[in-house]
Amino acid sequence: MASESFAESRDRGCHVIGRAWRGMAAHLSSGRVNLTALREAGRRELREFLDKCAGSKAIVWDEYLTGPFGLIAQYSLLKEHEVEKMFTLKAGRLPPADVKNIIFLVRPRLELMDIIAENVLSEDRVRSPLRDFHILFVPRRSLLCEQRLKDQGVLGSFIHREQYSLDLIPFDGDLLSMESESAFKECYLENDQTSLYQAAKGLMTLQALYGTIPQIFGKGDCARHVANMMIRMKREFPGGQNSIFPIFDTLLLLDRNVDLLSPLATQLTYEGLIDEIYGIQNTYVKLPPEKFAPKKQGEGGKDLPTEPKKLQLNSAEELYAEIRDKNFNAVGSVLSKKAKIISAAFEERHHAKTVGEIKQFVSQLPHMQAARSSLANHTSIAELIKDITTSEDFFDNLTVEQEFMSGIDTDKVNNYTEDCIAQKHPLIKILRLVCLQSVCNSGLKQKVLDHYKREILQTYGYEHILTLNNLEKAGLLKLQTSSRNNYPTIRKTMRLWMDDVNEQNPNDISYVYSGYAPLSVRLAQLLARPGWRSIEEVLKMLPGPHFEERQQLPTGLQKKRQQGENRVTLVFFLGGVTYAEIAALRFLSQMEDGGTEYVIATTKLINGTNWIKSLMEKLEPPPF
Amino acid sequence: MNRMKVDEEEYWHSSKCKAFTFDDDDDELSQLKESKRAVNSLREIVDDDDDLEKFSWSGEPVGSISWSIKETAFSSSNTPEGRDSGLQKGSSSHPALPKQASSYSISSFFKGRNKLGSFQSLSDALSDTGVKSYAPELRRPKADYKDYSSDWSPKDTVRRMQRGKICSLERFRSLREKLELLDEAVSVHDGNVITAILIFLKRTLKREILFQELEVRQVALRHLIHFLKETGEQKLFLDLLRFLDRTEEVALSQYREHLSIQDAEKRREFLKGCIRLPFSSEDAVHVQDHYTLLERQIIIEANDRHLEAAGQSEIFRKYPRKASILNMPLVTTLFYSCFYHYTEGEGTFSSPTNLKKTFKIPDKQYVLTALAARAKLRAWHDVDALFTTKNWLGYTKKRAPIGFHRVVEILQRNSAPVQVLQEYVRLVEDVETRLNLAMKYKCHDVVVDTYRDLKDRHQLMAYRCKVERGSAEEDKIDSILSNLQIRWKN
Repeated sequence: MASESFAESRDRGCHVIGRAWRGMAAHLSSGRVNLTALREAGRRELREFLDKCAGSKAIVWDEYLTGPFGLIAQYSLLKEHEVEKMFTLKAGRLPPADVKNIIFLVRPRLELMDIIAENVLSEDRVRSPLRDFHILFVPRRSLLCEQRLKDQGVLGSFIHREQYSLDLIPFDGDLLSMESESAFKECYLENDQTSLYQAAKGLMTLQALYGTIPQIFGKGDCARHVANMMIRMKREFPGGQNSIFPIFDTLLLLDRNVDLLSPLATQLTYEGLIDEIYGIQNTYVKLPPEKFAPKKQGEGGKDLPTEPKKLQLNSAEELYAEIRDKNFNAVGSVLSKKAKIISAAFEERHHAKTVGEIKQFVSQLPHMQAARSSLANHTSIAELIKDITTSEDFFDNLTVEQEFMSGIDTDKVNNYTEDCIAQKHPLIKILRLVCLQSVCNSGLKQKVLDHYKREILQTYGYEHILTLNNLEKAGLLKLQTSSRNNYPTIRKTMRLWMDDVNEQNPNDISYVYSGYAPLSVRLAQLLARPGWRSIEEVLKMLPGPHFEERQQLPTGLQKKRQQGENRVTLVFFLGGVTYAEIAALRFLSQMEDGGTEYVIATTKLINGTNWIKSLMEKLEPPPF
Repeated sequence: MNRMKVDEEEYWHSSKCKAFTFDDDDDELSQLKESKRAVNSLREIVDDDDDLEKFSWSGEPVGSISWSIKETAFSSSNTPEGRDSGLQKGSSSHPALPKQASSYSISSFFKGRNKLGSFQSLSDALSDTGVKSYAPELRRPKADYKDYSSDWSPKDTVRRMQRGKICSLERFRSLREKLELLDEAVSVHDGNVITAILIFLKRTLKREILFQELEVRQVALRHLIHFLKETGEQKLFLDLLRFLDRTEEVALSQYREHLSIQDAEKRREFLKGCIRLPFSSEDAVHVQDHYTLLERQIIIEANDRHLEAAGQSEIFRKYPRKASILNMPLVTTLFYSCFYHYTEGEGTFSSPTNLKKTFKIPDKQYVLTALAARAKLRAWHDVDALFTTKNWLGYTKKRAPIGFHRVVEILQRNSAPVQVLQEYVRLVEDVETRLNLAMKYKCHDVVVDTYRDLKDRHQLMAYRCKVERGSAEEDKIDSILSNLQIRWKN
């Protein structure tokens, strides 16, 4: 294993040089639970597979996977294991590459199998030397896909067909995601439990690394399924009786359909707004380049860059960690304070007189430069966002959302929504508003629902009947069946709407939506204190069962809590979680007398727009 | 200087949202500005761009996976070989691998196959574990293989399949055994295994029996439905839904197919067939409308394409069509017809009034669309007519189902001249809105008249400073201010 130790030493080398890739994982160990171990496990498994295919190799990537994989490994790791070329999976023939192995790294999807088959079949048997094919399914091998490969006549061409169970990917020190984009649709529209199985698998891996979680709570049908699977898996693999001291005290499994409201509302935290406006993918965001143009002296006339500026956003960046979860209105003051501190630090150079002082100043310079460029970036981003949040339309939209959430006029056709339709605003925006109204009214009256539907179909096209049907199936849009609207009761009991919200120095989670406290996070909060027994009535109004399970620990591993030591709860959102909800949980973690710290896991990081989009029928004609 | 300051303040203060303002009481509006200034001044001190981490402009850290794909792929696609292989794609000069005959049983895909392409029997595989296709199993203990030939219970089989191991399902012959196998798979919740077993059942059971058994096994049923959808086995899928009496789903699923039909005529035919499908009553109306609309569009399209090509019609010459009207939404079609066919009588298919009637387009929707279309053509007379109603005595009156402030907005967006705009600003009922709009769009006359009617001398005097010196407006204000008959309130 000489090559592996070489890789390790290279890794350390990079770390010394700067924030190179190994260093990029440092933020994973900053939280209460050291998630670096999970990342390491993922890297180990990848190395093992690569070493199995002896000799030089090329990887053909399912493009969707490159983002999530980037959080586990960089190219350097692959290179250490003789990966010489990388391509994205495309129809037609594979580009030439003088390698011994071709590895397809793909999600188990039928359409990808067809492309792979085409690649393999058009391989030039005469001219190029024989190459070995392998396929690595992420996260699960699929018999269905292998069947398709067989139908295409290529299954036998693969020497290694394996799976790489990249179930939960560490995104930050307290955040894990499966990045399964269709999980919500599969669970709530198609009733396909594959992603739940994957979630349970991921939880088993976590328990293998961080100990058995003694207490499991849950709310919702999917939560119940996952808990059942976990218990069964544990029973069936008794070898897994692990002797690791448990790090998590509690697991809370939450169905997304218990709280359909939160993702529909516009997130108002800094990170939430970045995601709403520009979309964060695998911790990266692409921004319009204008505000990031390098402004050097004498370069005033230079052309502006036209490619979007791409930035990574995670807690490795000190400033970002400080502002990401704040309400956007509180971001400006932090940035200005930072600016003063940095300016003062740079002023120091005038006072540096002795060689020693100058030396010290210079030694701090790299850190100061990093802080300066971080401040520059976030000032620019904040300006971009501000242009939007101060627009009239953003304000009008927010006003209507807040009216709905506080229970005003949810039972009649809304003027603003109607106007937006008339002006042909993006359909997803309309659907978000209409669904929000429906959720806040426990369904719409027949007349109101029909009116919205007709307007939408006439303005955006009749084919959207299909999308509207999907939304109805998922419960986002529905007819008010009982004459009773439960939402006001839920809102009051759970204190979902807070009139006096402090955005600068919040004292309640409702700051993340400037008034609305996300129902999902309230459930977590109330579970910790005083317990769900206090809200039995409301729990019954929300869909699906609520339950509690205990997993026995060997006596030696039972925890004796130190005085003042916080409990650690893993909250798993089945069907997606928003950045605003994450911010709310982080807020609870940091509360002085909170007593609980949270780690968050999810099937996918979502916002209202990409969530609704995942439920829409794909209307583009198939490409041919 | 002063003015700049005001603008800046407006910029930072302009949010009117109560719950969401940037400034609050806090230490000053331009916090962002401050940090920006600091950042800019610091640029001069430090060398720029020497970030610790190396980023290419696109922001990918150099060495990240997606960056490397671009890099390594680029170097290879640059070779002439790479280029010509693109051209040869799909040519028959390379013998494709022989297609597998479909006679292989399901179990064969659980078996291995060596590299030369010949299938091995299960026993071959057993006697020769050195064959490459078993390499993935190499790190697993040998013991795993020992029970290859023994009879596995459904439970064992499912467990082995879960671990991705080779299993033969053919042994399960009786219905009871097969169902046990399925139930076992369902109880472990592994969708992958459930689907594999369903494929086996689908192949070996009679359709009616399969459907009946699945009806009492909802989880498995949902997996089969998903599977059939994914693989596009539309016929079996629809049969299954019909068997389950899920007629609405059948209808929608069939309707969905129209999306893959490109030819308008064929699509129309197909939609016609959809009308009699068992939709819910609301959806049925929409599907009917969808068909009628496309039918209309086909007629209009043929007609207009001809007109445009002939070059006789002025409107088409002046404003050539940007795209075909086929498959556009109803409101877009209405806009189109208000733009190109506004004056046509109700009798033609392309006339706006005909569309309005056929599709029961609400007044509001109709007026909005017609207004936008006519304003775009700057046909102010039509705009005027749109809001003019006559009562039985012959008096005319202006009326708008959408509120005149909306009318003003739309006209303004289409850059209507002040003379036109002010006529509608004047009709806005709410005094405050009227004043705001009038000032925003510089309709001085309306502002002046409104202040006069309000008998607000102070405001009028203040406004006098805002209009151009020596202009007609100024004269008008002066004459009003000097009018002794007005009883000013201040």
